[in-house]
Amino acid sequence: MATRKILLANDHIPGIQTYEVYRRQGGYRSVEKALKNMSPDDVVEEVKRSGLRGRGGAGFPTGMKWSFLAKPEGVPRYLLCNADESEPGTFKDRYLMERIPHLLVEGMICASYALGCRASYIYIRGEYKWIVKILERAIEEAYANGWLGENILGSGYSLDLYVAPGAGAYICGEETALIESLEGKRGNPRIKPPFPALKGLWDCPTVVNNVESICAVAPVINDGAEAYAAVGVGKSTGTKLISACGNINNPGVYEIELGLPVEEFIYSDEYCGGIKNGKQLKAVVPGGSSVPILPAQLILKTANGENRLLTYESLADGGFQSGSMLGSGGFIVYDEDQCIVRNTWNFSRFYHHESCGQCSPCREGTGWMEKVLHRLEHGHGRMQDVDLLVDIASKIEGNTICPLGDAAAWPVASAIRHFRDEFEWHVREPQLSQQRNYGLAGQTLATV
Amino acid sequence: MNNNPHPSIEFSLEMMAEVERIKGQFPEGKQKSALLRVLHLAQEEAGGWLNIPVMNQVAKMLGIQPIEVYEVATFYTMYNLEPVGKYVLEVCHTGPCAIEGAERIIGYLEQKLGIGVGHTTPDGMFSLKTVECMGACGYAPMMQVGEFYHEKLSEEKIDRFIEDCKAGKVNVGSWKIDKLAIN
Repeated sequence: MATRKILLANDHIPGIQTYEVYRRQGGYRSVEKALKNMSPDDVVEEVKRSGLRGRGGAGFPTGMKWSFLAKPEGVPRYLLCNADESEPGTFKDRYLMERIPHLLVEGMICASYALGCRASYIYIRGEYKWIVKILERAIEEAYANGWLGENILGSGYSLDLYVAPGAGAYICGEETALIESLEGKRGNPRIKPPFPALKGLWDCPTVVNNVESICAVAPVINDGAEAYAAVGVGKSTGTKLISACGNINNPGVYEIELGLPVEEFIYSDEYCGGIKNGKQLKAVVPGGSSVPILPAQLILKTANGENRLLTYESLADGGFQSGSMLGSGGFIVYDEDQCIVRNTWNFSRFYHHESCGQCSPCREGTGWMEKVLHRLEHGHGRMQDVDLLVDIASKIEGNTICPLGDAAAWPVASAIRHFRDEFEWHVREPQLSQQRNYGLAGQTLATV
Repeated sequence: MNNNPHPSIEFSLEMMAEVERIKGQFPEGKQKSALLRVLHLAQEEAGGWLNIPVMNQVAKMLGIQPIEVYEVATFYTMYNLEPVGKYVLEVCHTGPCAIEGAERIIGYLEQKLGIGVGHTTPDGMFSLKTVECMGACGYAPMMQVGEFYHEKLSEEKIDRFIEDCKAGKVNVGSWKIDKLAIN
């Protein structure tokens, strides 16, 4: 499939980071078009018709999210860009902000106009310290050239845009935790409802969108919803940035047309370039650490034998029994030498560390899972531990205020679903499992 | 939290100006929103960590209660509540970095620096920390030191890096806005 690039179309142009070059390549045209020829509602409609879906992980239609925003008289509304990218395996927003910061600024202006915001914020993870400066410089340049501030392009629309860094907390990528954090508090997610669309930042109506979603608004407005929707497959319109890592020849960030077969993505030299050192593919986590891990045969083909595609629908085909999710596009590839138990323990440690501690099932359960997985991995496991893990995961899932609990449960549940024999082998062979990995032998094929 | 007296809780004029700029980004009465960023600045000025007098000073600057600062400082991993070395080496050990040998890198650093994770060398030069996913998974293994990422780490790269630190040649950046960056 030919790659049509939308967000990264000008990525290769030297100096695209600077205002002059970006503008020369047609940058900020969407702002001109929106402010001069479109009403805010027109912009919302355009984004709705484009089929653009949230690129942060949930895949909720962006235009529909916008249309839920409450608009009470005299109450300010806010657009917050979620640049808290912290999902293990995900490093695409960083790429966009580092390489084409003005695309985000441009998207923020169009989106803020559509939502009627007078001030908008980009909440970025604190570790991306140098990108705070890149963005602030881009914003400074946008002000200097009349794209931000009072009465933009004489349209009567005014907007201020700011960057707010976090300070190290995965949970702040959850939208209500992000709002809490932006209010200068601990990142404890809020109970919903009320949803941010009604009561968000400082109790005002608020929309939170991922960096990539906001960047996509600029080309949607520029080239029109139809042109954007013409790319992709079915309800997965447009392109998606996939950040690929793990045991592959070409790790990095790729813009793919939604609908690209997973097999092509993994093995084509245009993308991942195949498995490193000529090894066999063992498993893939296709959408960031939270989504279910799939063994090789289920990531390449669905349970029905159809080619697995990089779309929201195809990756989810089969539900959690035999499918996964597109998620954030954090694509982690494991070769035959990787230990699934060790990887699952590692992820559990991550979620235990990142649990905010509000809800008991998550606060306690993530710690239990980490401990049980630790003893399995280190040769002290018991056979009933495997079912114990499934039990703990099932009791966290759905029983917490925010999705971190689910995100912690899914990797464990899916690893056991597809690689149970590898877990049991760790119990049966406590010494051997310390010396070598399980490899591919005996991998559960029966789940399909 | 550490309540030891701190050599300096008088913030620089440069920092005070930066605090005013940040406060100005939020509506009247919502200055607490500046807290996370102001704490970064305060930590930098206070030698890389936050003690109670420094946090109290931050509370005063933002017109909030000291407890509001403590609860934030204890929640986020980037704030250090104990003294740290001049160079804080934060090595990612989450999944994708682990695949690429993060544990080997951490072991090498422990042996090279003669300290365990969570500790500081006796000369106060280096602290070693592990951190969770930093968004550098495609360029693993990695560590952050100050403002910058050091990616695709190898033993040789680490040797060179440590030498450069000792020679004072490593830029750890700053939370203050880069004067050159603003036209």
